Amino acid sequence: MTANAPGQVCLMQGNEAIVRGALEAGINFAASYPGSPSSQVLGMLGKVAKERNFYAEWSTNETCAMEACIGASLANARALCIVKQNGLLFAADAIHCGAQHGVKGGMVIVTSDDPSAHSSTNEFDSRYQAMSANIPMLEPTSMQETKDMVPYAFELSERTHQMVIIRLTTRVCHGRGNVVLGALPEKPHQMKQVGEWDRMVCVSYLRSAMLQKMDMLRQEFENCPYNHYVGPDHPKELVVAGGTGRLYGQEAIRRLDVGDRVGLLSLGTIWPLPEKTILRHLEGVEKVLTLEEVDPVLERNLQAIAGSHQMKIVFSGREDGALPKIGELDPDNVAQAISLLTGAKLPEKKIASQEPLIERELTFCAGCPHRATFHILKKVLRQEKHPGAVIGDIGCYIMSGQAAGQYAFQACNCMGSGINLAEALGQLTHYGLDQKVVTVCGDSTFFHTILPGLVNATYHNANMLLMVLDNSATAMTGFQPHPATGITAMGDQVPAMDIQKIVEGIGCKAEIADPFDVKETEKTIRRLLNTPGMNVLIMRQPCATLMTKKKKRPVRVYVDQNVCLGDGCGCDKYCSRVWGCPGNTWDFKNNKAYIDPVTCVGCGVCAKLCPSGAIKVEGGEEA
Amino acid sequence: MKKLKFDPLNIVICGIGGQGNVLASEVVGSAMTDRGYRVAIGETYGASQRGGSVMSHVRVSEDQELSVLIPSGEAHMIIGFEPLETLRMTRKYAGPNTTIVYDPRPVYPLGVLQGIQQYPDQEALMAEIESLSAAAYPVPAADIAMEVGDSRAANIALLGAFTQLPDAPLSREDLEKILTQRFKGAVLELNQKAFTKGCAAVNKKEA
Repeated sequence: MTANAPGQVCLMQGNEAIVRGALEAGINFAASYPGSPSSQVLGMLGKVAKERNFYAEWSTNETCAMEACIGASLANARALCIVKQNGLLFAADAIHCGAQHGVKGGMVIVTSDDPSAHSSTNEFDSRYQAMSANIPMLEPTSMQETKDMVPYAFELSERTHQMVIIRLTTRVCHGRGNVVLGALPEKPHQMKQVGEWDRMVCVSYLRSAMLQKMDMLRQEFENCPYNHYVGPDHPKELVVAGGTGRLYGQEAIRRLDVGDRVGLLSLGTIWPLPEKTILRHLEGVEKVLTLEEVDPVLERNLQAIAGSHQMKIVFSGREDGALPKIGELDPDNVAQAISLLTGAKLPEKKIASQEPLIERELTFCAGCPHRATFHILKKVLRQEKHPGAVIGDIGCYIMSGQAAGQYAFQACNCMGSGINLAEALGQLTHYGLDQKVVTVCGDSTFFHTILPGLVNATYHNANMLLMVLDNSATAMTGFQPHPATGITAMGDQVPAMDIQKIVEGIGCKAEIADPFDVKETEKTIRRLLNTPGMNVLIMRQPCATLMTKKKKRPVRVYVDQNVCLGDGCGCDKYCSRVWGCPGNTWDFKNNKAYIDPVTCVGCGVCAKLCPSGAIKVEGGEEA
Repeated sequence: MKKLKFDPLNIVICGIGGQGNVLASEVVGSAMTDRGYRVAIGETYGASQRGGSVMSHVRVSEDQELSVLIPSGEAHMIIGFEPLETLRMTRKYAGPNTTIVYDPRPVYPLGVLQGIQQYPDQEALMAEIESLSAAAYPVPAADIAMEVGDSRAANIALLGAFTQLPDAPLSREDLEKILTQRFKGAVLELNQKAFTKGCAAVNKKEA
């Protein structure tokens, strides 16, 4: 990554290409909060930050990260902020104010959208944020462009005194392609002392300056090297592509053999759009297909441009159903849409069996403490007078809404919302709502956005229980450090923050329980559910994946099939069917329980749950 | 640069989260990049967590710039770490020229263990994989990995088997070299053992 080998060809992931681009741009400052699909970027930056003499941090949340980057820009530093689509929304106020006051040192935001919501709860389109805040946005169509756009964006940002957003999508972040490396600068970008009369202040009259910048950029983008056209001189049919659409489109045009009559215009400048370039290519065209990820943003803008020039063009894409309204582009739906546009057909394929195959639902890992937590919580709630109201939050434990967590929660909104939704229900228990109210959050989420909600709920004495599922990791996105881990993105050891002390510091009771100590924890939860006011229970047990990374399997857990009564037991296959750990499988030949040694990590909780005592824990102490 | 039998050459690597899918695709992709080919890889991961279906698409060409995903029916080779996932991808991506190497050891979805789903019949499943491909080679990669000491080496064992396929773009020696570049000490030793046994697993079948 830090090799100064211009011209060398590497196989690079999109996330890596961003890192390399940042190094080639000589950044001074980088900040992020992990969010897939771009979670890996800051982790990689942190590892090389000292060597390349810049600062990198995992911020407590995206607003901290975004505002810190704006701060760095005041000192003429080049600052890079990396977020996912939800993170960009979370920091929306900061970018709207930032766009109005502009920047000094180059500031680039990388946002990663997640079409098909592979690792998100939604597929929001971040282009609306660029449009709404008047921030220029670029979108690469290959790994090479992904790298090259970073230094380009910094240069553009400095020239226009405006932040620049680079929009990525999952297939770019988690795709790999060949990248030709550029040179690394000897030193990072030159910073400047903040002068007494330097200003970056958001005031309303700066709106006109902001709009002038957009006009300037619109001009500039007419000649941007990231807008390409391939195809005949005056096509009747034109494909306009943004992002991943270019390569899917290019391949589909080749497979359909329509390259001599269909044009392909791909736009790397997503906002503002280069209107003159677009108009030039629309001239004489009868049909336009737009290939873009998520919403028909480009399509609607093309329609507006064509409409304002009285052009008679039939548009197709996401809007009219030529492409699906939800889900990502892929080679098949793009080829089909181009087939529809041109009438050309692909050769028929032999159709495989239509007999449905069972789906593989996501589940907690073997040995995951969350499984035990929700197992106990649901058990306790079922014994209450009324079933409780459980509010979820964002992290691995969102899977508790499915079979993995016994369909634990009734509501889950955005990250950090659980405490606030629950606070309302907790207040309503003072007004006749006769129900126990519980919400959960992870340790990283606790710092991200739970804290203000906890202050609110504690101050207003809501009747509720917050369970902090403290697995010592930002597990869902790949074990990034957070304030309770005692380590930073750059690898420095720092004092870890104590969640219990923080909670107690605001005047709220906080206890600690071990989810693997099934009996004691059950009693604790029952007691806290019946304690009026705001209660916090920290469920402490490290993430199973973190544990397997750190050490070899500490113990062997196995089924003594001489003791197991199989399906004649009456336990209803409790270990494999009810407990639901992927390690607890079933030996269909002997009709007895079986523990898969490949999957099991040796937490030993199932041994405590087996009514026959058939599950044995061997070697060392169980967890 | 050796001429490719198919251009682009399309390889699907599939399994469930945590089986070393990404590493396997990256090893194959880097090796082809070093040989001067253009490579594109698309990774689909199980929502960042474990247990879901995952796959990688590895695409190799002499001169074309490729998208990261393979069109359906256009895979030339499928490497499968789990039989149900192999069938799922075979149905979608296999064509008349596809060769498949896969581990026939099932990993049951949670719903099967909970009695709400039924895992397909093993023999029928293997027969369907065979019928949809030009040739299919079941290789007990996880068993091999456990034999040599760690189930996590299953992906390397299967890569060994992959090099023995008739149309493999990489030879046994190519991949052995990459293993020595990537791993050190005990992990290297373990992977080398798994790799050698994986290679032998396909040879045995053919002999």
